[in-house]
Amino acid sequence: MTGGFQIVVCGGIVPNPLQTLEPITGPSGPALKNEAMLPAVLDPWAWHALFEAANLAKQNPGSKVWLVALAPKAKLQQVVMTIAQKVPFELIAIDGPASGFAESADVAEELAAAIEAIPGLDKSKLLVFGGWESASRGAGTTMQMVGEKLGIVDQFQGVDELKAAPDGSFEVLERIEGGRHQVSTCAGAPALLGWATGNLPEPPNNPQVGMANMRGVMPALQKAKPAKAGANGATYASVALPQQRRATRIVKDTPVEEIAREIAAWIKG
Amino acid sequence: MSKVLVIAFAEQDGSLGKAALEALAAAKQLGGEFCAGVIGEKIDAAADMLAGAGAAKVFGVAGSDFAQPRYASDAAAAEAIAKAAGAEIIVAAGTSRWSRVAAGVAHRLGGQIDTHVTGLAVENDAPVVTRWYYRQRMMAQMTRAARPWVISVDPGSFAAWQGAPGSASIEAVDVTLGDAAKRTQVTGVRTPSSGQQTIRPEADVLFVAGAGWTKKQPDGQFHVAEAEKLILDFVDNAKASLGSSKSLVDQKGEGQAVLTCLSHLNQVGQTGSTPRHPKGLATCCHGEEPHVVGWRFITERRAINLDANCGWAQGKADVLYVADSFAVMEKVNALLAE
Repeated sequence: MTGGFQIVVCGGIVPNPLQTLEPITGPSGPALKNEAMLPAVLDPWAWHALFEAANLAKQNPGSKVWLVALAPKAKLQQVVMTIAQKVPFELIAIDGPASGFAESADVAEELAAAIEAIPGLDKSKLLVFGGWESASRGAGTTMQMVGEKLGIVDQFQGVDELKAAPDGSFEVLERIEGGRHQVSTCAGAPALLGWATGNLPEPPNNPQVGMANMRGVMPALQKAKPAKAGANGATYASVALPQQRRATRIVKDTPVEEIAREIAAWIKG
Repeated sequence: MSKVLVIAFAEQDGSLGKAALEALAAAKQLGGEFCAGVIGEKIDAAADMLAGAGAAKVFGVAGSDFAQPRYASDAAAAEAIAKAAGAEIIVAAGTSRWSRVAAGVAHRLGGQIDTHVTGLAVENDAPVVTRWYYRQRMMAQMTRAARPWVISVDPGSFAAWQGAPGSASIEAVDVTLGDAAKRTQVTGVRTPSSGQQTIRPEADVLFVAGAGWTKKQPDGQFHVAEAEKLILDFVDNAKASLGSSKSLVDQKGEGQAVLTCLSHLNQVGQTGSTPRHPKGLATCCHGEEPHVVGWRFITERRAINLDANCGWAQGKADVLYVADSFAVMEKVNALLAE
């Protein structure tokens, strides 16, 4: 595309998936026990969206990638240290909760305001990327609201592929039921894409990219505005871990034939 | 109870799909009168089903502009129906089509939204929804005072409504789309290039392949081709759906030996899907518990791996077979093929 795209990736942070999570009731609603102590990662789907954004920018000279992230500033700094080694981007930080219990409408409002405030933003070149849902709230609602607030009505969710044409139009593959993809063409930016996993592998670390990114990261974190996102709006009757534990029958030192017969009978039954 | 509206998209033949009928049953659980709205190219058969289920009014947006699952047209249609109905509670099935627009519609209505709802009850004359957070690791029950409140129910969470169609008198809602709403055109549907259809949401059995299939076996060699054949034979013989752990599908990007039949579309848990099959058989998934949290909604679970103390299988599977998956699956396939 002539002049390139302006690609804004929205992404929060989530606890490392290997951590044990325990809900508690905090002063402003449900929260995670020791949330501030849990190691965090960039939300996995936003992570994929960032790779795809960087790849698209690389293929379209003149493009630029921003990462707009709403998260506690200190935790975000730790996470950005890692992702900054991967792909070039400019960070726009918003200091707020990373909780899955924060209202998606509040988060969307903060993200949309941060995008609108990007100097030199040209909506005719704007592609807003993000994960199709988060690994915390897991609602799949934030990105649509960001799009609505920005006046974008070409929206795609569960995206696995975007192919841009030289005239700025593009083809999108979205996940639909039955392990299939819906194929759409869009006349061009502005558009919003909530990414599933895409097709790209995680890029290798690149120290030069890391050094270039880090020059902008610390100032961005220092400038991070506090966000008002919270859990207001919902009344939680309970938040609990599933307690069900199954009585597992262990079958060992048993001939393979016998195990196979049992499994086959179970499948057929 | 607030004014309840069920919104559904008509299938290509004009009828309602299973997920829409499940959402209809969920809305009926709320009790009292409800209205319905249906969107699609042809909506008569769907409207008759909604009338048969007891919808007091059926609003409709029909025409070729609304055949495509497209954000701009679907959101405009759903918004118009919700406003025409004066809806306070809007229930719809969390299909890919509705999930694309649901939050945008809630935003346009000035309302709030909850998605992936797996349970619905009424307390103090208001809906109480059950949904999961942190990728099915904790469950919350919650309600909201704000209206309109959009509730998307997860397919497979409710028994589908069953009954005879009625005769609907459709109240047509006029929605005119400008050129700006037609910048996106849906051109088709593509199935994965792996050739064989391995994802079957309607299957009775989910087969979960773990990373162990591509590791060195006791003879010190990789047997990836053999593993792929065993897995696909089982999927074919048992008419099963094929799922995978995250680490197994990630290997493609890491340059390791891979099962070519798998893509990220097969992944369950974490960044994958949360399937709801009656039975699940996990193989070679030792040590991959965090990656198969999507396993939570499988009713009967069995696992085959080499570690009797596997923390993922213990307490989570009904039966754990401590055996070599290659040997067991070969025999199982032979028995299923008989």
